[in-house]
Amino acid sequence: MAVKKFMFVNRKAPFGTIYALESLEVVLIAATFDQDVSLVFLDDGVYEIVKGQNPKGLGIKNHSPTYRALDGYDVEKLYVERESMEARGLTEADLLVPVEVLSSAEMADLMAEQDVVLSF
Amino acid sequence: MLHIVNKSHTQTSSLRSCLRLAKAGSALLLIEDAVYAATQAGVASSGIADAMKQLKVYALQPDVEARGMAGKLVDGVTAVDYAGFVDLVAEHSNNQSWL
Repeated sequence: MAVKKFMFVNRKAPFGTIYALESLEVVLIAATFDQDVSLVFLDDGVYEIVKGQNPKGLGIKNHSPTYRALDGYDVEKLYVERESMEARGLTEADLLVPVEVLSSAEMADLMAEQDVVLSF
Repeated sequence: MLHIVNKSHTQTSSLRSCLRLAKAGSALLLIEDAVYAATQAGVASSGIADAMKQLKVYALQPDVEARGMAGKLVDGVTAVDYAGFVDLVAEHSNNQSWL
């Protein structure tokens, strides 16, 4: 099977909608098919990978540790847009996984070279 | 690359984020509530006026008409019907929907 470049664009905060969790599920499916997978965190999507999430009081499973397990599925390309991160007062030290921080222009280049872009 | 936006620029930041990350020479299709961004009243505040210098901008005509905006699209924005929407998707190598 030909390998395609899949980019998952995450732009929603983690608990207000189901998007963040659904994205993770599809990422794991794509990884199972040995595709070239990138995850991008833009806008409020940066909040998905903030350290210290604890939704116990909401009665919802904490899915944030899963981002740290992606490595085990050979999903190693995680990118954060610098402008989105800084606009929210966050730094790389606030994030629960290692990421590559990109400028808007670098992110635009990366997006343009994908075969498939999936939006969450 | 084709970018698709479906939310009003006065309601969400989707269009703003799209314009920040769309490379020069890309296409932008405005559908549903995003069509207000390409009207005479909205084009300056939405950023579409500036974006048109670098992007090819399209608006989905049935959505424009439904909202009483027919005839209010600014010059330089190309109205397309549903078949035109399909053509745009087919013509571009990839696309991103700014949900």
